[in-house]
Amino acid sequence: MSVKIKHYPGEEVETKDFREGKVLFESFRPKAKYAWSAGIAISRFLEELKNGRIIATTCSKCGRIMVPPRIYCEKCFKPTDGWTYVKDTGVINTFSVSFIAADASRLKEPIVVAIINLDGASEGMGIVHRIEEYGDWREIKIGMRVKAVWKPPEERTGAITDIKYFKLVKE
Amino acid sequence: MFGKKRVAIVGAGVTLFRRNLKETGKELSFHAAKMALEQAGMELRDIQSVVMGTAPDAFDGVHMKGEYLADGAGAYHKPYTRVFVGGGTGVFAPLAGWWHVASGKFDTCLVVCEEKMSSCYPHPQYAFTTIFDPILERPIGMNLIWIFALEMNRYMHKHNIKKEDIALVSVKNKRNALDNPIAQLAANITVEDVLNSEIMAWPVQRLDVSPTSDGAAAAVLVSEDIAKEVTDNPVWIDGVGWCIDSTYWTDRDLYYPDYVEYAARMAYKMAGIKNPPKEIDVAEPYDPFDYKELHHMEGLLLCKKGEAPKLTREGVTQRDGDLPTCPSGGLLGCGNPIAAAGMMKVCEIFWQLRGEAGKRQVPGDPRTGVAQAWGDLMQYGSVIVLRR
Repeated sequence: MSVKIKHYPGEEVETKDFREGKVLFESFRPKAKYAWSAGIAISRFLEELKNGRIIATTCSKCGRIMVPPRIYCEKCFKPTDGWTYVKDTGVINTFSVSFIAADASRLKEPIVVAIINLDGASEGMGIVHRIEEYGDWREIKIGMRVKAVWKPPEERTGAITDIKYFKLVKE
Repeated sequence: MFGKKRVAIVGAGVTLFRRNLKETGKELSFHAAKMALEQAGMELRDIQSVVMGTAPDAFDGVHMKGEYLADGAGAYHKPYTRVFVGGGTGVFAPLAGWWHVASGKFDTCLVVCEEKMSSCYPHPQYAFTTIFDPILERPIGMNLIWIFALEMNRYMHKHNIKKEDIALVSVKNKRNALDNPIAQLAANITVEDVLNSEIMAWPVQRLDVSPTSDGAAAAVLVSEDIAKEVTDNPVWIDGVGWCIDSTYWTDRDLYYPDYVEYAARMAYKMAGIKNPPKEIDVAEPYDPFDYKELHHMEGLLLCKKGEAPKLTREGVTQRDGDLPTCPSGGLLGCGNPIAAAGMMKVCEIFWQLRGEAGKRQVPGDPRTGVAQAWGDLMQYGSVIVLRR
């Protein structure tokens, strides 16, 4: 965007030009599938979710109680030293009320997602999860207390979704 | 001086930014690269190395995207590197170009950034869902706008910032873009327009967000000896900085981008800048969302934490203010072809410092400018300081 440049290249087309066959194109849908190993730390975390508990790892050097758990402390760069349970209650650190799905399509009922700082973990550490049973979304505030709502034990599979969502709880 | 050679930018080029361009990524890369070479008065045979910056392969659906684009970037039979640090790529690519030349290994480096997001259907946002952790985050149904919304909400909460003040950034940048010939979403809008626009993921509304785009941008970097041969008005790369924060983004306080501050400090130290607000004449902080410009002004130490909305409200960041930010129109006004958008900011500072920005020219004969980009999971900062 210089006064010395008189022409900026680029020919605009509209999405409907593809639908109407006005431009030549090819389309392709990849058929890639993946199976991820959950890893050492998160496998233990998922097993404990199946038991209805949230587990963290600790670092004896910096003293942090870390969730999600990990086998190394990224700050001290040493192996973590132990495992400890944290609570399934916590505080909303921040939240969003989404009216769009992952593919940018529109939702009639919003999804509320939050970063939840879990009680018992080091300050500010938490996980991302959904919030439900909130009433009017305009009333949700940062700092509100929440508690996990678990799937019944027989329905748990060892997944983050073994926690169905977090709900607001009174102080 | 850092490195073996001082490095200058001597030419720059940018294509149109549009939601959907007919050209392929290679063709866009060619146009931008050719424009930069012409502005430098150089030819491809003068170029000793090429750096390509381009973001996720999933947009194009072509893996080995760097290699795919190489011919269009002028890399045929040359040392060639593709760099990728998410949204930070557009400013990181010229940093990589800098070390190619500063190391003394090459006298010239052509830096090209390209993004073609329109190929991904039905919306490129879907490609972004694969940036999240597959075990802990994707099952929640993550989408990209959420993480911006989480960050914006935290920033607003921490400093008690009103959405009205944030909307002023969108109003300013879209208006600045009216004077930019490449702009996709230039407009005269009001704060009310922003506040009344569709809620996407509260607190993010439609007009808080930059669009998805196709486009390319490029620059020619040369050593001091070559710069003196080809131009009377080189623009020097006097500071470079980059930094990444932890991928455990749910364990960090998102109200402030520490990693941008660390990158900025690295660049300022190299450039000998001690008082950024006083010494920097024009800034292009990364603005994919309106609050991000404010967030990044703070991370770039252009003001105190939480003070950027006040400066915006007082008009300090307008093109004729004391600290003009995003005079190009930014991503909010010009569009956001990820890597090309960051590189466009570097090109804009280059043209501003050369006094070639025409209607967008900031007054006061600017000598020092900074451009910055940001990316990955709210964790990457790349910063470049340019001086005339």
